[in-house]
Amino acid sequence: MVSPAVNTKKMTMIEGVRNAMDEMLKENEDVIILGEDIGVNGGVFRATEGLHEKYGEDRIIDTPISESGIIGNSIGLAANGFRPIAEIQFLGFIYPGFNQLMTHATRLRQRSLGRFTVPVVVRAPYGAGVKAPEIHSDSVESLFTHMPGIKVVVPSNAYDAKGLLIASIDDPDPVMFLEPLRCYRSNRTEVPDGKYTIDIGRASVLKQGDDISVFTWGAMVMDTMKAIETLEEEQNMSCEVIDLRTLYPLDKETISASVQKTGRAAIIHEAPATGGVSNDVISLINDTSFLYLRAPIQRVTGFDTPVPVYSLEQEYLPSAAKIQAAIVNAVNF
Amino acid sequence: MSEAKHERLGLERQQLQGMLQTMLTARKIDERMWLLNRAGKIPFVISCQGHEAAQVGAVTALRPDEDYLLPYYRDMGMVLHFGMTVKDLMMAGFARAEDPNSGGRQMPGHFGSKKHRIVTGSSPVTTQVPHAVGFAMAGKIKKENFVCLTSFGEGSSNQGDFHEAANFAGVHRLPVIFFCENNHYAISVPVDRQIACERVSDRASSYGMHGETIDGNDPLAVYEAVKNAADRGRDGAGPSLIETMSYRLTPHSSDDDDRSYRSRDEVDDARKKDGIVTFTEYLKTRELLTDTEEKDMHDAIQQTIDEATEAAEEAAYAEAETTLDHVYHS
Ligand SMILES: Cc1ncc(C[n+]2csc(CCOP(=O)(O)OP(=O)(O)O)c2C)c(N)n1
Ligand SMILES: [Mg+2]
Repeated sequence: MVSPAVNTKKMTMIEGVRNAMDEMLKENEDVIILGEDIGVNGGVFRATEGLHEKYGEDRIIDTPISESGIIGNSIGLAANGFRPIAEIQFLGFIYPGFNQLMTHATRLRQRSLGRFTVPVVVRAPYGAGVKAPEIHSDSVESLFTHMPGIKVVVPSNAYDAKGLLIASIDDPDPVMFLEPLRCYRSNRTEVPDGKYTIDIGRASVLKQGDDISVFTWGAMVMDTMKAIETLEEEQNMSCEVIDLRTLYPLDKETISASVQKTGRAAIIHEAPATGGVSNDVISLINDTSFLYLRAPIQRVTGFDTPVPVYSLEQEYLPSAAKIQAAIVNAVNF
Repeated sequence: MSEAKHERLGLERQQLQGMLQTMLTARKIDERMWLLNRAGKIPFVISCQGHEAAQVGAVTALRPDEDYLLPYYRDMGMVLHFGMTVKDLMMAGFARAEDPNSGGRQMPGHFGSKKHRIVTGSSPVTTQVPHAVGFAMAGKIKKENFVCLTSFGEGSSNQGDFHEAANFAGVHRLPVIFFCENNHYAISVPVDRQIACERVSDRASSYGMHGETIDGNDPLAVYEAVKNAADRGRDGAGPSLIETMSYRLTPHSSDDDDRSYRSRDEVDDARKKDGIVTFTEYLKTRELLTDTEEKDMHDAIQQTIDEATEAAEEAAYAEAETTLDHVYHS
């Protein structure tokens, strides 16, 4: 954790991501970055800006457009002692590399009885709401939470992004590090200088409350906080908001303790309802806290359809009104 | 004087002017799209500028009522020739319900029209290339005599999809034209960081097909190469890999700033070789295009684009509920 003597700086999330990689490149020679347009260009979202000049082309490696190559090569590097960070330009372009992730990154450790390991971080921007083209906006976190052998992390602000990314790079196992596009520049938080980590698998209680536990992550954190602010003003209720931050492994203690306190739960995510991570949260609550519940668990999600392009994406995303209605539903049940 | 190139190819005045017209139309639509983007009216542009000569040269050698096109995002020149209208493309730019490609479900530059034999594609690069092989295989089984042209950038030729498709087409001797529009960059990454061989067309021999690299600023040279490739395809002689060398005159897309990786001198030099400029000159020096014809052509295109822009601006988005349509049969 951070000591009070450390200097802090206000950063956007993309700056937090960059700062984390900079710290780790500085500290550990084995950390290298591979990806499309990450070198001279500094990355299409500028995540690696300045790193190429600072660390050189042997460590900040511009790759051909070959996601299978990027991930497969990173697996080889990782199994041979490096700490590669693979940038996938948009999460929607990961599918050519899916084979490498699914059949190797997640399994090398198990099938070699722990002799080969894959400490790789795959970073990818994702999510709707920035008027991106089709495929660029999908929220497919659950494709990865469904793969045993890889952890799945989703920060929503600069402080978490830096601490979680450093923890991911240090982690002995593969980590899917999903960066919500809408969070890149939409908020700033104080970020300490130097190295600090946030434990993978630990949720963050953003706001204490008594009447309902609202679980969310990524860009929906901002929307949920806003929706709740007006709701609490207008109605006499108090909501607890929890940013899950890690989607695998889920933070069982924090989730169950919160639901056992409030007796109600709502889950908000962008992804389609079917197969979305909300289902795992519901199962966890069912397994740990069923008898504490005073209302059916609510969820507000995207639809079971591809994310539409910009003209309609606001209709697709969970709106403040839908989030508020779900909460009111549960509280007034 | 020796025979001019177009005479040797059997191309006549009207056809040649038609080629220029399509090239210019694509260029001017694209220029308009950039203006609209900078004015905040459309969120995204990905350009054909610098590729028009290669594109139009290629499709002029095809039969739009018989052959199939599986293009990539820069191929405005190709889809215009295959029947898409300026208005269609503007509707797509504005993501309107009337967009015939996808009813406003895709970004501009993601072409698809069953009517015009343009097979729908999507954003992940190179994914259209294996589809072309499947279309060609269907034609072979059904004993139809069409060819499929599929295009992609040189950077995209490093995806597994390209290699798997090329190998498949080679093994089955399928009438596919793999059309690589080499513009020296994949966004910021220069070609020497993308491929280790000198030319993308060097890869053809590994897949048992004909390969060649030609000047993409010369629509007549491209026409000739694609015509020969199409003839080979129709004659059962299998696929070809045609690589055109040209230059992207704009940033990669409206989200890119190319100043971080290309010098302005390099871009200015490329402008001097712009196929639209050189082909106009070719036609004029051979008296295949008068000044008046040229001016009329420009004016007519401009007017069509103005009308299309206006129509698209006024058109409606799709209704929100329609996003739930067509996910399944019912
Ligand atoms: C699978 C996949 N990875 C990454 C991208 C992002 N991307 C879009 S275009 C592009 C560069 C393509 O370069 P090239 O194939 O040379 O075509 P050009 O744009 O130069 O015409 C990249 C990396 C993508 N669309 N799909
Ligand atoms: Mg290119």
